[in-house]
Parts: sequence; C-alpha cells; structure tokens
Amino acid sequence: MAGPGYHDISEGAEIASRQYQVTRADLVRYAGASGDFNPIHWNQRIATSVGLPDVIAHGMLTMALAGRYLTDWAGNPAAVTEFGVRFSTPVVVPDDDKGAQVEIAGIVTGKLAGNQVAVDITARSGDAKVLTRAHAVVRLP
Amino acid sequence: MAINPEYAGRTFEPSEPYEVSRVKIAEFATAIGDASPLCRDHAAAQAAGYPDVIAPPTFAIVITAADTARLMAEPDLGVNYAMIVHGEQSFTHSRPLHAGDVVVAQSTIESIKQIRTMTTMATVTEIRTVNGEHVCTARSTAVERGA
Repeated sequence: MAGPGYHDISEGAEIASRQYQVTRADLVRYAGASGDFNPIHWNQRIATSVGLPDVIAHGMLTMALAGRYLTDWAGNPAAVTEFGVRFSTPVVVPDDDKGAQVEIAGIVTGKLAGNQVAVDITARSGDAKVLTRAHAVVRLP
Repeated sequence: MAINPEYAGRTFEPSEPYEVSRVKIAEFATAIGDASPLCRDHAAAQAAGYPDVIAPPTFAIVITAADTARLMAEPDLGVNYAMIVHGEQSFTHSRPLHAGDVVVAQSTIESIKQIRTMTTMATVTEIRTVNGEHVCTARSTAVERGA
C-alpha cells in the first residue's frame, strides 16, 4: 500500500485516472455517515421541486472520492494535508443500479518542502466538470 | 430575504466537544469506499505511527458542517436553508483526526457577498482539541440562490 516515493515523482507527472460509480445506495450511506440528510440527495420529489433534474450527489461525496483518489495513490489516508475544491456542476444520480460515473484524474504541478507535492485534480461526470479549482497538497513517503 | 451582511466578521461560540470514535471513522471510510486498514485496524494504525485509527481528510466535514449548520440557524442571519448549495470547500490539516480525539469547532463568517440574485457566505471553522492543539482549518462557501 506504499505510494510512490517523493523522489520518484517529477513535476508534470500524471496520476492514472480512475472511475467511481455513485448509486442512490451510496448517497444514503454517505448521508448517514456524514450527517447531511438534505433530501435533495435522496428524494426525487423534493429535488425536482427545487429545480434540479433529479437527485444529486452530495458535493462532499464527490470531494471525498477525489480525496480517496489521492490517498489511495499516496498509500495513506493522512497524506492529503491541504485540499480545496469548487463544486461547479452537480452529479445527477438516476434511480437505477448504475447510478452516475465520476472520473477523477490528477497531475503533479509542483514539488514542495517536507516531501509534499502539489496536485491539480479534474473530476468529470458525463460531459460536465463537477469539481473545478481542485488543488491538493499530498505528502509522499 | 437575503443573508444579513452585518454578520460578516462575526465569530461564534465554540461547539460542544466532539469525540472522534473508531466506529464513526470506519463508517465514514466505508461510505466513501476508502478501504485503508489505517481507518479500521487499530494495530495497523499504531504500526504506522498513529495513536489510533485515522480519519480520511474529508471526515472533518462531519464536525465542521454541524458547526456551520448551527450558525446558519441564527434567526437574524436570515439564511433560507432550502435555497443553500455548497459552493466551495477546503481543508488544511496540521495532522489527521484520529479515534480518541476530543475536539471543538469554532466558526467565523469571513464574508457575505451579494452577486446579482445570489448571496455567498464564506465561513472558516477551526478544529482544535480540547487542549488547544490545532488539527484542521476548514473553509466553506455556501451559496443562497435567489428566490
């Protein structure tokens, strides 16, 4: 589970993209774990009544998946010391067994002190960028 | 009714202490699909140099969102919660949260801005242990859509 070593990574290195599936069951589970029970994340009637196309994922779940992408890469849940995102487009999660797909990719934009690297993240669902201005600082072994 | 701009700069009372538990960390890790043993296995976490199982980085939202929800409920602030969407979020960690931590959150409204029919409210929430050790600074921007 050890991640790449700091000295093995150079600026401009791409982190292999990964696909994450988000279903309605995942939204219910995340609601319980996070304490965010806003009904737009599990109730289609309420989501559409406030102008959304359907139930949408918690922005924080999308951010958590991007965090997991980074901590899986680095091999340690503590590796992400700084992480910020803008939620640009909601992830719409249809009521079927497939749900939505979120594709996350990253690129190392700089090497920092303390065995840390700066990473820019992109996250897409379908044609939409669901996170923008997504930057992290990740500590590597 | 838009958010009351007079609240910009206001720092709220700290939250009640929150005790980070192994069960909650494991539940959160499972919900986000993080399979790391460091979130579940006490021995593995200790072998890696941590006092107990550690939380994924965005776990801090469990603590900070409860605190910002508390301030958003201030009647005179005028937040229409049904129209709120999450605009931006960031976390800066001094160290990971781990099971056994007892922390308090304290929030400040940094800015309230009107942009056409929308109002944005930026908050910063500091998470410290009850002994005063800084663990995480979280910044959040809530966007209230115009009616």
